[in-house]
Amino acid sequence: MTLSRFDLFSPERLDEAVALLKEKGKDTFVMAGGTDLLIKRRHQVIHPRTIVSLKKISGLNRISFRSGKGLTIGATALLGDVARHRTVLRIYPAIAKAAGNTANVQIRNMGTVVGNLCNASPAADNAPALLAMNAALNIVGPQGKRVLPLEDFFLGPGFTALQPAEIVTSVFVPMPLSGSGATYLHLSARGRIDCSAASTGVALTLKGPRIDKLRIFIGACGPTPLRMPKTEKILINQKLTKTLAVRAGLQASKESKPISDVRANEDYRSKMVAVLVRRAILEANKLARDNK
Amino acid sequence: MKRELNITINGQPYNLFVSTHRTLLEVIRDDLDLTGTKVGCEMGECGACTVIMDGRTVNSCLVLAHEAEGCEVQTIEDLTEDGKLHPIQESFVEHGAIQCGFCTSGMIMSTKGLLEKNPNPGEDEIRSEMRGNLCRCTGYVKIVEAIEAVRDGGDK
Repeated sequence: MTLSRFDLFSPERLDEAVALLKEKGKDTFVMAGGTDLLIKRRHQVIHPRTIVSLKKISGLNRISFRSGKGLTIGATALLGDVARHRTVLRIYPAIAKAAGNTANVQIRNMGTVVGNLCNASPAADNAPALLAMNAALNIVGPQGKRVLPLEDFFLGPGFTALQPAEIVTSVFVPMPLSGSGATYLHLSARGRIDCSAASTGVALTLKGPRIDKLRIFIGACGPTPLRMPKTEKILINQKLTKTLAVRAGLQASKESKPISDVRANEDYRSKMVAVLVRRAILEANKLARDNK
Repeated sequence: MKRELNITINGQPYNLFVSTHRTLLEVIRDDLDLTGTKVGCEMGECGACTVIMDGRTVNSCLVLAHEAEGCEVQTIEDLTEDGKLHPIQESFVEHGAIQCGFCTSGMIMSTKGLLEKNPNPGEDEIRSEMRGNLCRCTGYVKIVEAIEAVRDGGDK
């Protein structure tokens, strides 16, 4: 097995990184933690000729929170640091949980939240909760900066809306409104450390006892993380009951598009979507009530 | 492409000349002959190659050597002092937490990382923090017991 040999560049400025990506072109890859990229290289899914590491770019590993605005997680902020970050734990527990449940300790000490998104695995642990919380990506490229809703980012397994030589510099999550709650739940064959077989992220806001705003996403059950609009429709403007949560779960199961693969079969996945979505809605609703 | 690499391993600074595509694991084992760190899956799943880099446990198979530029790396070879085993190593020996031994270096480095972060982990935390290290002999119960004994022994 001959693995590709590549040049490694570790620029200290973003514009240098963009220029390198543009100049080197084909078979050039951006690397944050490298925990997905180097495994893909080992599996010979990719054959990098050039790797541009973001690690030396100062400030890119920042996790910052502005009250009233929101949370910004930089491209090289480690999964482990996001999972343990006090403000993230307090205000964005679903995001801390997703980061803390990604892979294992060693991987969380190398890998990043943004890297997990850019890898665009349908099973990406960090996608459903961020999608549910209406996150957006800050992107820089040869044409300058742009902001893209995370919802428009995933195009297919391993494919994103990134244009050539563009780099995601951070993910931004708006500050949750009062009376809102968000959860992330997932299941995997080996318990926790392997890729999720099914996952869900739910964020909702209550107006009085009724659900006023709601976003439900599921992971690992389609070519990308999927939004569940029909399921949301069942719940919107309703006061949540157990019966209603069960109905919503079953609807999500119908809306999902799972396949059978090494991690789980199609039948199991669609059954588990019903369970996960039901539980996540009930949990988010409880959090929202406590958060008034 | 070869490039200069400055790295501190087990307290000793090295000035090396290393190809950019090589991993930290390859440099540790093949260039520095520190073969206590094991090559397992090379995909970040088994933990046999675990080392401590700037205070954090990492899979050295997934760290490019040049990404460790300027870092301090500790491997299993650094744990003994004057030929005396580290308390974690002692505990693994005492509790029969070693069978074939292939996972042991990684297990011990992960244990060290865990206890430095939290000197008093419960069994659940031990099990969840050690998830990145697989024992093919499945000797997990003994390994957890060995870690609990180090925790209770106080001397780390």
